[in-house]
Amino acid sequence: MPILTVKNVNKRFGGLQALDNVNLEIEAGTVHAIIGPNGAGKSTLLNCFIGKLIPDTGLVDFDGVSLLGKKPHEINQVGVSRVFQTPEIFGDLSLLENVMIPSFASRDGAFRVNAWSSVENETSIKEQAMALLEDVELADSAQVIACQLSRGDKRRLELAMCLVQQPKLLLLDEPTAGMARADTNNTIDLLKKIASKGITMMIIEHDMHVVFSLAEKISVLAQGTVIAEGLPEEIKGHPKVQEAYLGGAHL
Amino acid sequence: MNWLNINKNDRNLLIGFIVVVLLGPLIMEPIGGGYPDLLQKFAIFGIFAIGFNILFGLTGYLSFGHAAFLGIGSYTAVWSFKLLTMNVIPAIILATLLGGFFALIIGFIALRRSGIYFSILTLAFAQMSYNLAYSVLTPITNGETGLQLRLHDARVVDGLFGVERTAGLPNTELFGLAMSGWNGYYFCGFLAIVGFFISLRIFRSPFGLMLRAVKSNQHRLSYTGLNTRPYTLAAFVISGMYAGLAGGLLAVTDPLAGAERMQWTASGEVVLMTIFGGAGTLLGPVIGSAVIKYFENIFSSFNEGILLNAFSFLPEGLQQAFAWTVGLFVGEGWHLTLGLLFMFIVIFLPGGLMEGATRIKSLFQSSTKGSPPIQKDLPVEKS
Ligand SMILES: Nc1ncnc2c1ncn2[C@@H]1O[C@H](COP(=O)(O)OP(=O)(O)O)[C@@H](O)[C@H]1O
Ligand SMILES: [Mg+2]
Repeated sequence: MPILTVKNVNKRFGGLQALDNVNLEIEAGTVHAIIGPNGAGKSTLLNCFIGKLIPDTGLVDFDGVSLLGKKPHEINQVGVSRVFQTPEIFGDLSLLENVMIPSFASRDGAFRVNAWSSVENETSIKEQAMALLEDVELADSAQVIACQLSRGDKRRLELAMCLVQQPKLLLLDEPTAGMARADTNNTIDLLKKIASKGITMMIIEHDMHVVFSLAEKISVLAQGTVIAEGLPEEIKGHPKVQEAYLGGAHL
Repeated sequence: MNWLNINKNDRNLLIGFIVVVLLGPLIMEPIGGGYPDLLQKFAIFGIFAIGFNILFGLTGYLSFGHAAFLGIGSYTAVWSFKLLTMNVIPAIILATLLGGFFALIIGFIALRRSGIYFSILTLAFAQMSYNLAYSVLTPITNGETGLQLRLHDARVVDGLFGVERTAGLPNTELFGLAMSGWNGYYFCGFLAIVGFFISLRIFRSPFGLMLRAVKSNQHRLSYTGLNTRPYTLAAFVISGMYAGLAGGLLAVTDPLAGAERMQWTASGEVVLMTIFGGAGTLLGPVIGSAVIKYFENIFSSFNEGILLNAFSFLPEGLQQAFAWTVGLFVGEGWHLTLGLLFMFIVIFLPGGLMEGATRIKSLFQSSTKGSPPIQKDLPVEKS
């Protein structure tokens, strides 16, 4: 059963048709990769899921409810978390606080004036956050201010912030961009671990090594349209894909 | 003090704060500030700045209109004295509530924007209030004369309880205790302690963490499932209530309310106090407001006579030249000094006096323990 259904989504920026009648289905419990050249509209598509952009026309349904017109925080509260292409973290808070905030959001909802309890006494929230920081190997820096992290570490922190919410759908926008090979491999292992827990993932990625190590299904986006879709083996040999995206090079 | 739900450091901080309030007269005596009028101002403007800091220091939303809530608090308190009772309790409760109520309305509108647009909206609102107080609202504010007590005010509650009418204007009182002199100071001081404690609780709570997250990255916060608008609105209302209380206390110690209290310079003053002491720190705003009020008091009391006297050891021409030059910076010209001081702080210590304290502390630490690790830079909050 698809957890996310995208139907006939169009988005125009002035004269540019960024998304052109996109149709997509993400099966629950799978890792679905979206590939495509720069400017194909991949990030724009994600923006339509999380309430950052509203498509001009079309439908986006998650778990049986429409996401269109919902506010970003409402979309997160129904179980969609996103890792951004440029890491979005709380730069002047500690790593631990960065991960505790989404955890509070999952426990207490979108708004709660919880002024009597002390953050330091919230042991279960704190333990959860520490466990996630351990998963992404940042536990040693729990008290460090987040803006001091390297770009790769910021990505992993953001991943921990999303995972602590145990989302039903995790959206990842180029999670390994700008990472060194070793870091990329670590991230692949981490994402595999997450996938094995049954979290549905939609991953946008440039690195074919990452895509083919993780994806169970691949959609290829070019100039705002899905030009091909299928299992990794099918995509590898797809002539249209090679022409539009891989520039004819064989994989 | 476990029932206050604070840890050991915070408990010490709170005890320190209480001790300083209690011993205020003794501490200020040697530096010429040991009298109730001045100490009251420390407490009242301390409350104003503590509240302002909950909005500005935590969420980063810079309001340039908080003096409006201060003014509303003063008018409310004076009306409470005129219509209900000279007892200060209803006056300050109503002042706090009305401050909060108006903050709710203004915040609801102004918080649709952020950054400079938010600041401009709050400024516009405060200037509007100021002008209204002088024009259409004269029946409520008594225009330029200001709202004052009168002998024949209704004071229905006092009437019900059979409080005897005095021959002259009555004093504000707390169940019979006159709120003038040291009584007034300790009343304000007590509320400053309460205000400080509430601020401490907010700083340490998940609610306070969310407010800091608003300042850090509001977009991330909403994609993290939190509705940022009610958080900022709550902070705005809380700071409006503090401002209303401070305004009410100004009327408690001197039952008079004028529109100049709402002027943009007054809004600017609380911004100065907060930044001067250290926005976003617990103690900074209190220290900032005390330092500014202290210097205002000292500097503005100098007049030409005193200056000429001070330079009397110089030959006559020089004496006058010196007195004239220094005179630019004191008395009426005290704001010039304040401006220079403020520029100095913002350029060299953007974190305010609290940052200065942290730097001095880390200087000592690094000379004994080598360089500190890149740990979270907690502001020094020892008193
Ligand atoms: N907010 C926007 N306003 C105008 N143009 C945009 C906006 N966001 C993206 N675009 C344009 O839409 C196209 C698709 O962008 P994007 O979705 O970021 O591509 P990518 O597939 O590389 O993530 C690009 O040409 C980009 O310049
Ligand atoms: Mg992109």
